[in-house]
Order: sequence, then C-alpha cells, then structure tokens
Amino acid sequence: MDFGLSEDQREIQRTARELLSDRARWERVREHAENRRSDEALWKELCALGWPGIAVAEEYGGQGLGAVAQSVLCEELGRVVAPVPFLPTVLSATLIEHAGEQQQRERWLPGLASGEMLGAVGVARDGVAELVIGGAETGAAQGGVIVLLEGDSARVLSAAEADIEPVDAIDPTRSAARVSTDPGAGEALTGDVAGAVDRALIAVASELVGVSERALEMTLEYVKERRQFGVPVGSYQAVSHRCAQMLLDTEKARSLSAFAAWTADADPLKLAEAAAMAKAAASDAGREVTAGAIQAHGGIGFTWEADVHWLYKRAQIDAAWLGGAKHHRARVAAMLSAVSAAIPT
Amino acid sequence: MDLTFNERELAFREELRGWLAQNPPVPEPTDGGEDAHYAWRRDWQRRLYDAGWAAPSWPAEYGGRGATLTESAIYFEEIGRARVPMAANVLGLLLGGPTLMVWGTDEQKERYLAPILSAEEIWCQGFSEPDAGSDLAALKTRAVRDPAHPGEWLVTGQKVWTSGAQYSKWCMLVARTDSDVPKHKGLTYFLMDMEQEGVQVRPLRQITGEAEFNELFIEQARIPEENVVGGVGNGWKVALTTLMNERAGLGFALQVRLRQLLDDTIASARENGLLEDPLYADALAELHIRCEAIRLLAWKGLTDVERYGQPGPEGSLVKWLWSDTNQRLTQLAADIVGPQALTAGTAWSYELLRARGNTIEGGTTEVLKNIVAERVLGLPRMKVTA
Ligand SMILES: Cc1cc2nc3c(=O)[nH]c(=O)nc-3n(C[C@H](O)[C@H](O)[C@H](O)COP(=O)(O)OP(=O)(O)OC[C@H]3O[C@@H](n4cnc5c(N)ncnc54)[C@H](O)[C@@H]3O)c2cc1C
Repeated sequence: MDFGLSEDQREIQRTARELLSDRARWERVREHAENRRSDEALWKELCALGWPGIAVAEEYGGQGLGAVAQSVLCEELGRVVAPVPFLPTVLSATLIEHAGEQQQRERWLPGLASGEMLGAVGVARDGVAELVIGGAETGAAQGGVIVLLEGDSARVLSAAEADIEPVDAIDPTRSAARVSTDPGAGEALTGDVAGAVDRALIAVASELVGVSERALEMTLEYVKERRQFGVPVGSYQAVSHRCAQMLLDTEKARSLSAFAAWTADADPLKLAEAAAMAKAAASDAGREVTAGAIQAHGGIGFTWEADVHWLYKRAQIDAAWLGGAKHHRARVAAMLSAVSAAIPT
Repeated sequence: MDLTFNERELAFREELRGWLAQNPPVPEPTDGGEDAHYAWRRDWQRRLYDAGWAAPSWPAEYGGRGATLTESAIYFEEIGRARVPMAANVLGLLLGGPTLMVWGTDEQKERYLAPILSAEEIWCQGFSEPDAGSDLAALKTRAVRDPAHPGEWLVTGQKVWTSGAQYSKWCMLVARTDSDVPKHKGLTYFLMDMEQEGVQVRPLRQITGEAEFNELFIEQARIPEENVVGGVGNGWKVALTTLMNERAGLGFALQVRLRQLLDDTIASARENGLLEDPLYADALAELHIRCEAIRLLAWKGLTDVERYGQPGPEGSLVKWLWSDTNQRLTQLAADIVGPQALTAGTAWSYELLRARGNTIEGGTTEVLKNIVAERVLGLPRMKVTA
C-alpha cells in the first residue's frame, strides 16, 4: 500500500513544474489568451518531450507510462493554464486507443502521440457538437482528428470530414468550435466506449486538481500580504476558514483523481466508479476553489488584470466537459445498488 | 503508487478476520443500562487481549504485535467491519499508551501499559475545564507540591466532559504548576489516581440521554512525583502528543463505521424507492464519494507518515471531513428511514443525536480549521487579546 507517486513519476512532476514555471508564466499565458492563440513554441517543446503520448502504448508511438503519469502532467498543465491543445489531443487519443480497433489505432495514434496531429472530443446531438474544446485548431491543422460522442456511441473523423465553425469559449487559452457532421461521416469506435470515456474523465479531473491547487496558492499569497483594518486579511476567519475549505476540496479531489488514475492502470473493474467519483469531486472543487480565489482577492480579483480569472474560466470549462458533477453523481448513484462495502479485500 | 497489499498484510488481515469470525462478541445486553453495556465492552477487550488483538500497533515488548502502520490501519478496518463493540479502554489504548511510549519513564511504561491493554485499569482524559475548552492552555486546575509530604503534589480544580471517568482508575490530567510563566509553559501532565477522596465524579447527561461524560471535582487530590509524565512544566507538549493521537488514531475505524451506516441508509433507500429519486440519489452519491475520499485520505496520510515521518495536510482534514459527513449522513437517514429515526431509543435516532458531538469532541471543527489555516496553509494567526 503506497499512495505516493513513484520516483519516476515524481521526476516527471519536477521536470514539468520547472519547465512550465518558466515557459508558462502569467505574462505568456495572458499574451496568448488575449490573442486567442496557442503557444506554439511551448507546444513544440512539450511534443519534443513526448508529453502528448505519455500514456499511449509504445507500439503506437507513445511512451506507455500509464494514466498516473499522464495525470501528473494534466495537473501541472492545469496549474499554469497552459495555452496548448494538450488535453483535447490527449482525450481524443485516449478514446481512440481504448475504444477503437487496431486499424484505427494505427491510423491515428502515432500522429496524436507525437503531437503532430491535434485532436478534439465533442459531445454531439443529432450530429452537432457545441463548444468542442480544441476544435478550431483541429480544423486549422493538417489532418486534425475529432471524436464525437453521441449517446453511447462514438465515432472518429478527420477534421476534413466535419464542418468546423470556430467559437470563442470563455476560456481563451484553448480554441473551441461548433462541429457539425453528416450522420454517416467518419468511422464508429466499436470497442468499450464507456470505459474509454472514463479514462478521459480522469485526465480532465486531474487538470482540475492542478487548477484548484494553483488558485489556492495564489489566494494564500494574496491574503497574507493584503492588509485591511490594520491586519492581513488572511487573519480573518471568514477568509482563512474558506482557504481551509479550499484545501479540503482540493485534497478530496486529488485523492479521488489519484485513485481513479491508479484503477485505470491497475484495477479496471473499479475504473467506472472511481472515474465518476473523481470527475464529480474535481468539477465541484474546481468551481468552488476558483470562485473562492476571486472572492478572497476582492475587487482586484474581478479585474482582467489579475490572473485568477484564467483559472476560474479553465475550471468552468473543465467542470462541464464530458459531464458535470451532477451527471457523474447520478452515475455513482446508479452504481450504488451494486456497490458493497468499498473496503479493499 | 500501489494500492494493493503485500503478502504479509494480506495474511495479517486473514488471520484477524478468521479470529473475529470464530470469536464473535456475545450479544449486546438489552438491559442493565450503561453499566451493563460498559461491562460488555470490557469483557470484549479482555478477549481481544487474551488473543493478542487489543493493540497490535503497540511494540511486542509492551504486549502488542509491533504491527506496521498499514497493518494497524487494516486492524481498524476489520474491527469496524466486524461491527464488534468498541474496546472499553479506548482512551488508554489510543491516547494514554501511545503518550506514555513517547514521554513515559521506563518505570511508568512497566507499571501502566499492561493493565491498559487488558482493560484492568481504565483511563480517562482530564483536559477540558469549564473555562478552558478550545483554549485548553487557559486551564486553571492547580497542582502544588505538598510541603508536608515531599514528593507529592496536591491538586485542586474542576474538569468537565471527562468521558468514561466513572469507570476509570487513571486520569490523564493536565494542571497548572506555574502561574508566573506564559500559559502554555506552566502546565504539567500527571497520571492521577481516580480512586481517592479528593476526586468526585458527577455524571453529565448528554443529548442522547446517556451519561458518557462527567464532571470531575478535584479537591486536594494527591499525586506522587513519579506520576509526572514528561517533566514538570512540559505538560503542553505531552498533551499535544495525546491530542495528535486522538485526531489520527481512530481515522480508519470511523471511516468503516461511516461506510456501514451509509450502506444501511442506501439499503433503506432502495427498499422504499428513494434511490430512484434524483434528489436522494444525488445526496447519497455525494456521501458515498465523501466516504471514499475519507478512506483514501486516510491511506494517503499513512503513506506520508511512512515516507516523511509525519502526516501531510490530510491528517487534519480527515477528522473534519468525517465528522461533517457523519452529520450529513445521519440527517439524510432521518429522511430516508422515516419515523424510526425520530423514535427515541432506536439505533438511528442515537446516531442522529450522537453525531452532533463529532464536530465538538477532540477539537471543534472551527479549531481544526484554524489549525489547517495556520499550520498547513501558513496564514497569519488571528490577533487574540488575553
Ligand atoms: C462527546 C464528547 C466527549 C468529550 N470527551 C472529553 C474527554 O474525555 N476529555 C476532555 O478533556 N474533553 C472532552 N470533551 C470536551 C471537548 O474537547 C471540548 O468540548 C471541546 O474542546 C470544545 O471546548 P468547549 O466545549 O469549551 O467549547 P468552546 O471552546 O467554548 O467553544 C464554543 C464554540 O466556540 C467556537 N470557538 C472556540 N474557540 C474558537 C476559535 N479560536 N476560533 C473559532 N471558533 C472558536 C467553538 O468551535 C465552538 O463552536 C468531549 C466533548 C464531547 C462533545
């Protein structure tokens, strides 16, 4: 029993933290957000390090390091609200790898794992998916790929087969689009779509954990410095207790996300429940913690100039992505009838 | 990350589970009141002791098994899962013993540890006072050296909320031995013999109707010098050891107890169709998620202790999250189970009422938040006047 990261995973975390604290400083993020452009230099660097393929099997050009290692990267990229199409690309690769057939994996995964191909995942109704994160860039890129989930089924299509209309999401650090398709366009993913979506959820939940963690850190820095009535505002319990609550929410989401990532690698029977729990907790935490961060910053927190709003906006998108907390709690409730005592045996 | 158990741990779990299956406690007495109930718990601890299962985490030289942290967690999980009675001397086992192992002299360990384990001598915790609760260091109970009998202390004061005092032989007593130094510095930790004229125990009835805790009126009670724990004037540090154990030790057992109550609530919801109701389903799912988070945070805390020698932020979060969740759960159960939960004397109504104490005992939730804010998050301490 060991709940900590392995030495290798900690090394990945250290490397990522170091690299991103330099390459994704707020000025950089802001510059790209305001221009609604990805940071191409950063993306190239991440691709050179093999990040997009960290969990993709080696035979398809990835590093095969598993879901836990991938979660570490998602957290780190979430912390800095990195303006790169990492998550949409990783999610599409996850769905193709775990719900696709051999020939589909061979066709798409090497490009996605190397980052040469960009991916996006959307939830469609009658062939139309609104606000597909990363969608606009797949259209602009040569050979982008889109995975559309509709009901219980999924299909993969090349961006050329879809009608992609760029849309501005509230989070300007990643592109978005409205994607419409003909009913028959693309190819169905005929494998375990539900299981693949669960793996995707873990990546989103992990990003939310990173977002929450950073929002709390920025808040702590601010409330220790900012003084009113002659004392730091962080000494007021209304403020400090909310910070404590932000920590609790973050740690709750972190432990559930870590557990879910571990089940994806090692205990697939528990994956569905663990992923639903992680996404529910992380969606709530992301919203609550980033909202708390804005509140604790006062008027500054409401300005475009302060950077907490990037975290809030990323959290809003992630919290809703692939289903929000209520949706996933409903799934957990449906599983409860089958769940017995959760004590490991 | 590896959330599986090794061979040794699995064998430990199997052995304990096997023993519990073959040695079920006798049924809970239905009459005889609280004393009969307590005798039943004492008898149960005696049987644990005889089989070497009273405190596996204690070192073998003191009658334990030298169990690892993980094994100890497994122990509490299994004890909780088997729904056996709580050991009678829970404060001695979880607080008193471990405090002595850190601060006690060899003679003290020799003298006190074995009877704690066998439930021969019950322990209670005399910390809180009428004017010193959250602000424990403000306590006023005074101990002075008896000029007439060198080597003895005389203690006078009042303690309150002392759980199990009516059954106890020894009290972990924190008293003021020096009023001329800052409040945290003038305290000393004693072991006080409860069986003496100078100590009067008066039961306090709780909102559940039972009298689990008591008032202690202490008037010129005698404590010999050799019953000072950790040195004169060092009482605050020793008390913190006790409090840390209070907030950490029970984590796994409490989590399992919560799991059982939740499973019972879910079963009840399933029976009366409320699991299909989205509002109830949402609330139950949230409780399930919290319950799992508590389990995972407890394990994570354990990993931190193993790796870094101390719990991470999770340590302070588990008791807070557990107590809040138990209150939400027992409250929701009142809606799901129905009238039974509001009928006096039922298990459900007991849980509903008892849960209110969870956010007060062992440090209130507000105080835990202060601890998290100041010690984990490094926020500035609130200005206090006094
Ligand atoms: C079931 C039960 C069993 C117990 N068993 C024992 C026992 O065996 N031995 C023992 O010594 N004690 C025991 N206690 C006592 C317990 O430790 C105290 O009740 C607790 O520490 C709170 O102290 P108080 O009751 O004086 O409340 P107070 O400290 O007066 O608190 C009143 C309210 O003010 C809040 N408050 C106080 N200070 C602050 C602050 N700084 N910031 C924000 N809010 C604050 C509290 O959170 C609380 O809501 C037991 C209590 C219960 C409920």
